[in-house]
Amino acid sequence: MPGEIVLTKNATEGINLVAYAMSNAATAGPEAERFRVGPGDEVVVTEMEHHANLVPWQQLCQRTGATLRWFGLTDDGRLDLAELDTLVNERTKVVAVTHQSNVLGTVPPVALIAERAHRVGAVVVVDGAQSVPHQPVDVATLGADFLAFSGHKMLGPTGIGVLWGRHELLEAMPPFITGGSMIEVVRMEGSTFLPPPQRFEAGVPMTAQAVGLGAACDYLSEIGMDRVREHEETLVGYALERLTEIPGVNLVGPGTTEARGGAVSFTVDGIHPHDVGQVLDELGVEVRVGHHCAWPICRRYGIPATTRATFYLYNTLADLDALADGVRQAQKFFGTA
Amino acid sequence: MYQEVILDHYRNPLHKGLREPFEGEAHHVNPTCGDEVTLRVHLEGEGQDARIADVSYDAMGCSISQASASVMSDLVIGRSVKEAMAVGDEFLALMQSRGRDAEPDEDVLEDAIAFAGVSKYPARIKCALLAWMAWKDATARALGEAT
Ligand SMILES: Cc1ncc(COP(=O)(O)O)c(C=O)c1O
Repeated sequence: MPGEIVLTKNATEGINLVAYAMSNAATAGPEAERFRVGPGDEVVVTEMEHHANLVPWQQLCQRTGATLRWFGLTDDGRLDLAELDTLVNERTKVVAVTHQSNVLGTVPPVALIAERAHRVGAVVVVDGAQSVPHQPVDVATLGADFLAFSGHKMLGPTGIGVLWGRHELLEAMPPFITGGSMIEVVRMEGSTFLPPPQRFEAGVPMTAQAVGLGAACDYLSEIGMDRVREHEETLVGYALERLTEIPGVNLVGPGTTEARGGAVSFTVDGIHPHDVGQVLDELGVEVRVGHHCAWPICRRYGIPATTRATFYLYNTLADLDALADGVRQAQKFFGTA
Repeated sequence: MYQEVILDHYRNPLHKGLREPFEGEAHHVNPTCGDEVTLRVHLEGEGQDARIADVSYDAMGCSISQASASVMSDLVIGRSVKEAMAVGDEFLALMQSRGRDAEPDEDVLEDAIAFAGVSKYPARIKCALLAWMAWKDATARALGEAT
């Protein structure tokens, strides 16, 4: 629907926009009632969130006195939904959940969680930073009220992202960043604001980046997001096979391609993830090491960091052979195999 | 980057383990990767001329951060604080050299010269410096200086 796309700097800003609008709701008009959060209210997140979908909610709770609660993880890297009905209850105001973990690759059942959330009147905020670039996403099927993502993860430029919001919610939501371009009438005594999306796009917009993101969307649409997903599923399946056949390699995340995207994290017995990454780097295989801005996942699995390979439409099976060979070379180098 | 010296220190770290007595302790973390070190300094004497009688540590992390803790402690133990700080400055300069025009003084740095290659990898420089920073901090505490 027109007016549902708010341009932001990135996914992080999109999520912060909603979190700050919710604390601003305390002093906004009666239309903002459903966004108000205070003591006794609860905000529910998950243990697999990127810091971008965790810290803004911790901060919202700190500002408003609400309580943060979260879904834990199962040993195989899925969301533990056993407590769904008690965790999401009539005190819940927001449920913020990722649509694809950037560490585990897991694609949580967002629609199932959203159904429960809506039954208790909570707003569902979906972090689509990893799903929008890698799979077809339909906000209606998903049951999302808000969905945030970034241009730079989908072949677009840095400095632009999108916050999609359901129109009736955006209509009722107070602004976060205020100033030029978002006002309706300004007097010294006070101001009124434009309807969405302009209400949420204060200041001179990032026009060049917006054009760039548009081109990236056209490019991906032409290829077809279902084909992007299919391609990645093939890559993930092969990566899981090649990596798990190496003795001493431990997957961090689901071991099958079911409800799983193209991020494969692992540890190698006796070798620190940074050292695995360095050896791979020297062999021309680019991976990332660390906690990947989702530190609680590492804590949950009792590891300091992981080595993580991620895939996109330009990767090939040969890349994964190089990855697996590189891991074996690291083992030889450090004398663990 | 992985010089044999580094791998040797990584496999068989010197001075590892937390010991008593100590006058200063510091805990440092590298937030981008989760590497951690807890380090204690035992001094004999006062001020910059105090002798470093012991450096003990407990560390978790990659080969670079572990080996660096081992090399650092071995380099500074037995020296005066002033001398050891000068070695630390030389090492810091090496790490900031980006692999260019570095002419590290092997007489000063000894085994630490093996880390020269690390300076080419911005993401790993912090790993090599982690124990050094913790040591400086712990020493300042041992000397009763506010940090
Ligand atoms: C799952 C997930 N959420 C949020 C973000 C934040 O994206 P950005 O840094 O572009 O705001 C990222 C990427 O870093 C991510 O992988």
